[in-house]
Amino acid sequence: MTNHWNDIANADAILVIGANPAENHPASFGHIMDAIDEGAKLIVVDPRFTRSAARAHIYAPMRSGTDIAFIGGMIKYVLDDIDDNPDDYNLTYITEYTNASYLINSNFQGPADLEGLFSGYEGESNETDGSKRKYNKSSWAWLTDSQGIPLRDKTLQDPDCVFQHLKRHYARYTPAMVNAICGTPEDTFLDVCQAYAAVGKASKTGTIMYAMGTTQHTYGAQNIRSYCILQLLLGNIGCAGGGINALRGESNVQGSTDHCLLFHILPGYLKVPTDKDSSLADYISRTTPTSNDPLSLNWWQHTPKYIVSLLKAWYGDAATAANDFGFHYLPKIEDGKNYSHISLFEDMNDGVIKGLMVWGQNPAVGGPNANLERSAMDKLDWLLVTDMWQTETANFWQRPGVDPADIDTEVFLLPALSSYEKEGSVTNSSRWAQWRYKCADGPGEAEDDLYMLTIIYRKLKELYEAEGGPNAEAITNLTWDYGSGHPDVHAVAKEINGYDLTTGKLVVSFGALKDDGTTSSGNWLYAQSYVEPGTDATAPDGNKMARRDAVDTSGIGLYSNWSWCWPINRRIIYNRASVDLDGNPWDADQPVIRWTGSGWTGDVPDGGAAPMNQGGYYPFIMKPEGLSRLYGPGMAEGPMPEHYEPWESPIDNPMSNQQNNPAFKIWHADEQGSTSEYPYVCSTYRVSEHWQGGQMTRNNPWLVKLQPQPFCEMSEELAEIKGIKNGDDVIVRSKRGEVKVVAVVTKRFKPFQMNGDTVHQVGVVWHWGYTGLSTGDSANMLTPHVGDANTMIPEYKAFLVDVEKAD
Amino acid sequence: MELNRRDFLKASGAGVGGIFLLNALSPAAMARTATIPPLKKQIGEGYTICPYDGSGCGFLVASEMKDGKLKVVNIEGDPDHPVNRGGNCSKGAAMRQLSADNPWRLSKVLYREPGGTEWVEKEWDWAIERIARNIKDTRDANFTTTDGEGNLVNRTDAIGNFGGSALDNEECYLLSKLTRALGIVYLEHHARI
Repeated sequence: MTNHWNDIANADAILVIGANPAENHPASFGHIMDAIDEGAKLIVVDPRFTRSAARAHIYAPMRSGTDIAFIGGMIKYVLDDIDDNPDDYNLTYITEYTNASYLINSNFQGPADLEGLFSGYEGESNETDGSKRKYNKSSWAWLTDSQGIPLRDKTLQDPDCVFQHLKRHYARYTPAMVNAICGTPEDTFLDVCQAYAAVGKASKTGTIMYAMGTTQHTYGAQNIRSYCILQLLLGNIGCAGGGINALRGESNVQGSTDHCLLFHILPGYLKVPTDKDSSLADYISRTTPTSNDPLSLNWWQHTPKYIVSLLKAWYGDAATAANDFGFHYLPKIEDGKNYSHISLFEDMNDGVIKGLMVWGQNPAVGGPNANLERSAMDKLDWLLVTDMWQTETANFWQRPGVDPADIDTEVFLLPALSSYEKEGSVTNSSRWAQWRYKCADGPGEAEDDLYMLTIIYRKLKELYEAEGGPNAEAITNLTWDYGSGHPDVHAVAKEINGYDLTTGKLVVSFGALKDDGTTSSGNWLYAQSYVEPGTDATAPDGNKMARRDAVDTSGIGLYSNWSWCWPINRRIIYNRASVDLDGNPWDADQPVIRWTGSGWTGDVPDGGAAPMNQGGYYPFIMKPEGLSRLYGPGMAEGPMPEHYEPWESPIDNPMSNQQNNPAFKIWHADEQGSTSEYPYVCSTYRVSEHWQGGQMTRNNPWLVKLQPQPFCEMSEELAEIKGIKNGDDVIVRSKRGEVKVVAVVTKRFKPFQMNGDTVHQVGVVWHWGYTGLSTGDSANMLTPHVGDANTMIPEYKAFLVDVEKAD
Repeated sequence: MELNRRDFLKASGAGVGGIFLLNALSPAAMARTATIPPLKKQIGEGYTICPYDGSGCGFLVASEMKDGKLKVVNIEGDPDHPVNRGGNCSKGAAMRQLSADNPWRLSKVLYREPGGTEWVEKEWDWAIERIARNIKDTRDANFTTTDGEGNLVNRTDAIGNFGGSALDNEECYLLSKLTRALGIVYLEHHARI
């Protein structure tokens, strides 16, 4: 989230799309209702009339996977309205804080010119050769002067400027086209446009709340780009009640991402080293952006301080300038190779991966194409799982349909403690790191993962010291100074925060970190989370994550002394965009920050410099150019979002001849289902009573009583066609597999009427599997092994199935 | 007069467990609690954050020592918490069923040998010895020090790692650190899916 949960109450309009907060983030809904009590409009866009939709002022049905067309239509409405009613929009924000004024290379062509493709595509329309399914992006670049500073036309009239490119691109996203693609009635769609465009006024804000309904598509990242473009045109980023807000689905998925348990990043979102980085200097030169623009703060220029401080945290005295601070202890990935979830299982299936460690995760239920992923595990030599329960992943060798005797994998299942049986911090969607405590003992010999990691590390260190091995020093020199018995979680938290190694004191913020080896920090983003005792009145013992001051003095619900949030307790990021060029808030009634003439009041500003009219810098400090990107040339499939159909779709793309995203990787072309065999759109989703892969709720008797089994939701119209009654057992079948679940026949789904065509959509809840108190078929036996072109997140939310009554 | 829960406990002069089990925010409950005598048994009160979605709701955990173990008595929403303000969803309301009393919880290390048909209970020391040996053998036998072009890469492609958003930050950090030290590059978790 750019903003935070409590901030939702400040919104004048709330657009919920790709999410169902009433069901899946119930606590957030209280803040939505607070906003409504103050006059805010709630708009819910979803294929299904959800519990969130039940409280909405406007509900707009939208076929799964058509966000780019829907939001594209809204963007067109706003761009047209800016021409007609410029006073209703914050044109200063658009001109000064976004790249609307940038001039683009005149060789650039977009989908309006190239039938759905952008210039630079290496293949043909609907290319099937994987090596050609990519772009040469050189024609997408913006023009710069001799110093590398972007050229701009602040009148926004130059035909090559971003603003004019947007207008040409989005001219095709008419209400009729939105209807043809999304199935949304034109009048409902225009109601949404009108209601949400009303927050384009400088003093009004709207927030977009989204979740996996947005991301889990072959163009999920471009869905989010669409939201960003809309929010920037309406001047909503950085403001109270605004922002772009991902509703994260796990208690610490924010923290686990911050600590970068992902192949492509190191803690604090530092880029992972590749085989091209022959030295630390090479790595720094490749990964540290530069800017010659005096108005751009270019925050990532500090990358050298963060990587050296990370290496000092990990390798201590063994990290010296002479050995590049231990840079070569780190693994280097093959440049350009993808090691993410789908690739991992494909490579496991190919026998590359021989051992697997799984910490509190259940990919045998949660991963796409579950039949493929489960059988890939048969190839493992060994598997280590830590969990509170037996899980489908740990039990893969006794899944239905296999003989355990045929599976040669050695499996270890370590009993873990629950959240309230150990001490530590978790980071919520708001970026708040909150400390929690041991309140109970666990069962039997269960232990926390902190301990398991420590005893495995100690044993490995012993083995490598005794026997040696390749790059053994990466293990034997690793710091692990958390005491000799159970590791001290506070010592770990302090290491994450970081130290001034010349004084031995905890650093007060990432501003204190250096690139010369005199500071350490396990994650620069968390610097300031734990300070020296007695130095901060709000946290006498130094642990700012444990703060519990529930008094809000900001007037806009920042709760700045409740826990601690990254970065440096800034509750709303990019907040320098919430003020005008003189530092006065766009919305005087809900100021995030305000320039007093000598300093800022309110939230922690994105840097302390004066406002722009007094020599300050651009507000979007994480971008090298300092402005936010209406036009994003870093994306895999184009600098502006273009509508493509899901990999499996019931219709031909009404927008162009290019059916699918031209840049995502197709693993198994023969696993694509056809409309003739699988005529209905299907999406997987969640219910309030269960959670993710199910191990934390399907073993909970109360919750199992509330939601005892998986089901398929479908419209009365489709049920009539198929002769299915509410409560019948049905088979849902895709090209990858089939599941037997209960039919829920409901008015919540309605067939989409799209430009004369009727399209049916169904939905299957996915929490179930073959292990535990409550068992049932996994919806992921249906989902495909394809992912987003930028992130490789699987396309769980739109694929094709057939449904029939079970015998 | 508006009282939050803690003010109420102070005002009532009964800052011990009995009241905890009632909804102290409801006026009716407030009226009732004034006449209930303090319980004889002390019930500890701890503070936790929900393990389910990313809202980060606060919960209060009451527990007591029983047979040498600290046992959960009750868990309810924390009225002071800015996000949930004392509320809980169905999962939060059922959180106490995650406790050691749940018979589905694992209490011993389980092991399944290659081709085995069932789980066998093992001791921690035995399991850790064997796990570390497997990691070392697989890593060392499948370690790429330099790639085909002579680049120093120090990685193993033979070990994958999943997890975990269910872990605390300090655990995630140590997992990130350990896997990198081992040269693991197939590193993924919930955030991708």
